[in-house]
Amino acid sequence: MAYIHIDGISKSFSGFKALDDVSIEIAKGAIHAILGENGAGKTTLMNILYGLYRPDEGQITLDGKPLRMTSPRDAIAGGIGMIHQHFMLVDTLSVTENIVLGLSGGIRPANLKTHEARIRALSGKVNFDIDPAAPIWSLPMGMRQRVEILKALYREAQVLILDEPTSVLAPTEIESFLDSLRTLRAAGHTILLITHKLDEVMQVADRITVMRHGKVADEMDAADSTPRELARRMVGRDVILDLKREQTTPGDVVLEVRGLTARNDQGVRALDDVGFAVRAGEVLGVTGVDGNGQRELSEVIAGLRALDGGVILAEGKDISGFDVKARKNEAGIGFVPEDRQHTGLVLDYPVATNFVLRDYDRAPVSRHGILDYGFIARNAVDLVKRYDVRLRSPQQPIRFLSGGNQQKVILAREIEARPRILIVMQACKGLDVGAIEFVQNMIFSLKKEGVGVLYVSTELEHVLDISDRIAVMCRGAITGIISPKEATPERLGELMAGVRSAA
Amino acid sequence: MERIMQVVFAMRTVWAVILALLVGSVLMVFAGANPIDAYAALFGGAFFDYFGFGATLVKFSPIALAGLAVAIPLRAGLFNIGAEGQIYMGALFATAAALYLPQFYAPLHILVCVLAGALGGALWAAIAGALKAYRGINEVIVTLLLNYVAINIVSYAASGPMMEPGAPYPYSPEIAPSLALPYIMPPTDAHAGAVFAVILALILAFCLKYTTFGFSMVTVGYNPKAAQYAGIRVQKQIVLTMMIGGALAGLAGAFEVLGVKYRLFQSFSPGYGFDGIVVAFMAAANPIFVVVAALFFAGLRSGAQVMQRAVGIDSTVVDATQGLIVLFIAASLSFRFRDSRWARMLANRRTAEAAIASQEKRNA
Repeated sequence: MAYIHIDGISKSFSGFKALDDVSIEIAKGAIHAILGENGAGKTTLMNILYGLYRPDEGQITLDGKPLRMTSPRDAIAGGIGMIHQHFMLVDTLSVTENIVLGLSGGIRPANLKTHEARIRALSGKVNFDIDPAAPIWSLPMGMRQRVEILKALYREAQVLILDEPTSVLAPTEIESFLDSLRTLRAAGHTILLITHKLDEVMQVADRITVMRHGKVADEMDAADSTPRELARRMVGRDVILDLKREQTTPGDVVLEVRGLTARNDQGVRALDDVGFAVRAGEVLGVTGVDGNGQRELSEVIAGLRALDGGVILAEGKDISGFDVKARKNEAGIGFVPEDRQHTGLVLDYPVATNFVLRDYDRAPVSRHGILDYGFIARNAVDLVKRYDVRLRSPQQPIRFLSGGNQQKVILAREIEARPRILIVMQACKGLDVGAIEFVQNMIFSLKKEGVGVLYVSTELEHVLDISDRIAVMCRGAITGIISPKEATPERLGELMAGVRSAA
Repeated sequence: MERIMQVVFAMRTVWAVILALLVGSVLMVFAGANPIDAYAALFGGAFFDYFGFGATLVKFSPIALAGLAVAIPLRAGLFNIGAEGQIYMGALFATAAALYLPQFYAPLHILVCVLAGALGGALWAAIAGALKAYRGINEVIVTLLLNYVAINIVSYAASGPMMEPGAPYPYSPEIAPSLALPYIMPPTDAHAGAVFAVILALILAFCLKYTTFGFSMVTVGYNPKAAQYAGIRVQKQIVLTMMIGGALAGLAGAFEVLGVKYRLFQSFSPGYGFDGIVVAFMAAANPIFVVVAALFFAGLRSGAQVMQRAVGIDSTVVDATQGLIVLFIAASLSFRFRDSRWARMLANRRTAEAAIASQEKRNA
């Protein structure tokens, strides 16, 4: 008999169906993993479970009783605790103070000493080894996470929801974190683990639900599955090997990287000895489960992220010391960033200004430090026509354009800069079919002109469609570089799960 | 319809001021005066009287410069709450340049004093800028606290090393008469600083819109990540922007010494730096509007005395009205057009109109 019964949940955000008739059954005292790509609806579902969102349809029953939640307060009262990806702790307060913060103690709240003793006992029971008197700032990330879990346990949570719990942990902390999950399971807690890290799921989960595009794609016992199988289900099995790409003979190496290492925003090592070469007129696809170093790789090459080690050669020249401007103007590196709204564009600027965002201090956009608005306007009219950007006026803020048209503006800007190397990240994410075709045709024509393209994407079908070779990343390293012909779903699944290629 | 609403919305600080003046008139009634007479005396005295307008301009110069000192960093997304301290440091540097440098060709010496003032303010603001850019420390707190440090440094200087021997009150010796800024409305105290503030506002407005420097500054304000992607050195830009703000406030301090007081007094500023914050927000960080808002604020300050004499109510009523203006402006800035009920209402109207239009087409 299921402990938590999620029954036919649907949720839409302004027309977009984030969850579509999702039903999941979760057994008591089990670790149940919800697996899926970014945007598959995992987090929306968990927020519904925690009372942050209300579902449009469907209902949830806990232990046979329907849950009616309008806020996290109700969820906590119902015995559900959530551990967010970003910790909600006050750095300057002690562990005990953080845990009791917001507790209502009735008419006579217990004093801190009593709480501290109780927390110490609780921490011992689940083998957490935490000093309740320590201030939060003195604890490493892994310990802070345990404080978050204690916070939920202290409120007598029977069900724990963990959202991407290992993304902030150092590799050495992950093992002990997984151990503590096992301890909690042994103590009878039910754990919902939201993640896209396959190997962790395989290590601890009892049952696995795979979500894709807001639906349940598959559900299985962990014992019946393999990481490769899971990777395949996560990205969708309908990988079309449509080899419509034109064969061009690649020229000289335009971009070569060797031994790249770098850290992510949390300061954790995210690139580990990455090396590859891209030739002129070649598209190198880079894929992998989201969050395995693809973003860091792109940013390091474009100059937006500091390099810890390794070299980057553009046309044979070491450009590791170049800043963003020099990499674009001298090394000829164009970059279409992953986050088009927050990195690629200034949403409050007009479309016309966004067309020249990366050239604002060069002729013909400006001369002697004075911007030429006449040129900016003419340039915008020209590019809007040539790249078929749909808008009311080039002077309208780019915020009001659709995602596809925003992407066209970025592509137009990067292509017009005549790059010799182009890094394109998640170019088709969230675009409709027409826009995707446009982007792909652009890349094909660049390839014909002899540009070396690094096509970074988690969308396997697009990577397969467009790439001459495919590099697969896992945990910050390249696990293999293969040709699209070799790229069977099984092979890709293996590489994405971290099984290194034999070659 | 939407355009009209947007204009109405864009002018929300103006409505806030009008509302504050209306509530202020209630206070005046309680104080036993006819508000129309009182406001007539206040604004008449501040703007439509030669001597009164001169007195307004004396206050306008530091308030406008302090307003610019807050507004410019605001465009780069930085809150400079430290204009007051920067005014003090500017005054200190300018006085030092006037007193301790050997006398030379006066116009040039004035220029050196003015630049010293700008430098003093810029260096003071650079502390907060560098801490923000390279250590991520909140500039609001740093600039706010540095105000008190600067005020006390000046108190120490004026009562210690720079104090006029035998003075009854902490102030420095007088600067040479040749170093005084020229008057613009003799015999009033209005000095060239007011003209200079207006010219600076025009230059800054031009820089923000038409120069690459202004562009990179505003881009950092809108989106630091995109700015980095555009090749702007965000950290350097933050320090530089704070320094420009500090330099503007430093100028205000220098002009107070060179144009009004001719000495460095302990606690000489009645809070011009804080008026600057209100003025900058009132003007939505637009340099041209800063001039307008600063003139209005300076007028309130100088007209208060006239009103007190004319209708016999205490000038504290004007202080209260100023407080109301700050409150109402702060409240008005919390309105958002896009998510507001008006925006929704307009959107509903548009859908309704479109539905009617398509209905008519079908019928036709």
